[in-house]
Amino acid sequence: MHKKTIAICSVAALVMMPGAAVSGPDDDSLTINDEISIVTEVEAPAHAENLSTIYSGWRFRSDETQAFQMDDFDNPGMIGVENAMVDWETVDGTEGKSCESCHGAPEDMAGVRAVYPKWNEEKGKVTTLEMEVNNCRETRMGAEKWKYTGGDMTDMVALISSVSRGMPVNVAVDGPAKSTWEQGKELYYTRTGQLELSCANCHEDSYGMMIRADHLSQGQINGFPTYRLKNTKLNSVHARFKGCVRDTRAETYKPGSPEFVALELYVATRGNGLSVEGPSVRN
Amino acid sequence: MKHATIGFTAMLTASSAFAEAVKPTDVVFVDGAVETSLSGVAGDPASGAEIMNKGAGNCIACHQVSALSHLAFHGEIGPPLDGVADRWTVPELRGIVANAKVMFDGSLMPSFYRTEGFIRLGDAYTGEAHGDGEVQPLLTAQQVEDVVAFLVTLKEQ
Ligand code: HEC
Ligand code: HEC
Repeated sequence: MHKKTIAICSVAALVMMPGAAVSGPDDDSLTINDEISIVTEVEAPAHAENLSTIYSGWRFRSDETQAFQMDDFDNPGMIGVENAMVDWETVDGTEGKSCESCHGAPEDMAGVRAVYPKWNEEKGKVTTLEMEVNNCRETRMGAEKWKYTGGDMTDMVALISSVSRGMPVNVAVDGPAKSTWEQGKELYYTRTGQLELSCANCHEDSYGMMIRADHLSQGQINGFPTYRLKNTKLNSVHARFKGCVRDTRAETYKPGSPEFVALELYVATRGNGLSVEGPSVRN
Repeated sequence: MKHATIGFTAMLTASSAFAEAVKPTDVVFVDGAVETSLSGVAGDPASGAEIMNKGAGNCIACHQVSALSHLAFHGEIGPPLDGVADRWTVPELRGIVANAKVMFDGSLMPSFYRTEGFIRLGDAYTGEAHGDGEVQPLLTAQQVEDVVAFLVTLKEQ
């Protein structure tokens, strides 16, 4: 493990602490369970025109927080994955089916997380993983929908993400999703609320800097769902968006709303090339 | 008409006790600066220092201030404010705090004494819509004056 590097880094951080601020991402590298290597830094995709390099949020967290994600036994987000494994094989609804009945093992979902949100031809719109899960529950299982940001749902998304860890995010920008992507981009650059701050103000103009006690990352979503030490649970992408918009003293959009789906699509594509990392650990 | 006269007299009486604050929509900016006090009452630097730290001010979320180094976590989004009184006059500091976007086009700094022109204005930090009620500025006129009174103490020369 990287325990030694961690120890050295924290001493350096302590020495720097008084007054001086940490800037930029750190230099640590992430390998999970000594076998899944995670790309946390890569050249920005061309459509993220104001960034030259993209970084996983992991690179902006303290060594202590980072360490939680290096081994599944230490990653509290894996409890959600285990819960979802039970749901995966549990029959629910009028059709007498479980996820497993149609999809086999969870590992058969490898690669899926990496390409979502994605254009759904049948629905004629871009859908998120959460929407696909509920679509299966309602139309294929005859089961009740899960709440968009609820525990069952977020655990299931964590399970589906976990089997894609290490694969590059590769969400399509062009094609039929393009207009949704444009809408998401518009939202990303809109300064909302009484503080008049956009996603870009914090995560593009100011990443690497401190905003009060928080070290701003690029706001990438390759690590979602994220287990946050702050609220000790797995958090979904839309719950995080909601929190960030609320912090600008704005009226937020609703989780699962067309606006947040568009924003998720856009933000996901800004992370094309980083590894799928969820469930990750953040503070 | 009679009512109006009575109202006017009442207002005059009131203003002899408390100075009338300039409304956020009536503030006059000249090159980003605001010449006259917003509250008409001298600012209190001690109260200004408090506002720098918390509540709707929370200036140190973005700025480092050595005079407030006893407080934890100063941000880095804006420039450090040490010596700011050497760089700016009182009217300029008032203008920056009231609405920094007049002085610095497109600034990341919030407009602390403005009530109009927001997109999806929320009800404080609830995430809910603001609704039809009157919009309060982030800081009151007196709070702006208090913050300015604190900033004036930040001299290096
Ligand atoms: C006022 C500043 C601010 C604004 C505006 C803001 N955020 Fe954030 N955001 C933060 C802070 C602080 C964090 C926690 C530290 C970090 O990961 O950057 C955060 C975290 C995130 C994360 C988690 C990243 C991770 O690795 O876990 C995502 C995703 C995110 N923001 C997306 C957005 C989006 C999308 C918007 C616009 C809708 C937005 N943010 C607007 C301050 C902001
Ligand atoms: C979200 C970030 C943010 C917050 C909060 C903020 N500021 Fe600023 N401030 C800035 C930025 C950025 C600048 C640099 C001007 C520019 O180019 O936009 C600035 C500039 C200034 C300046 C001019 C500094 C100089 O050296 O030229 C003063 C004075 C100032 N701010 C005071 C305050 C006070 C007082 C508060 C709180 C009541 C505050 N700021 C809150 C971001 C912020």
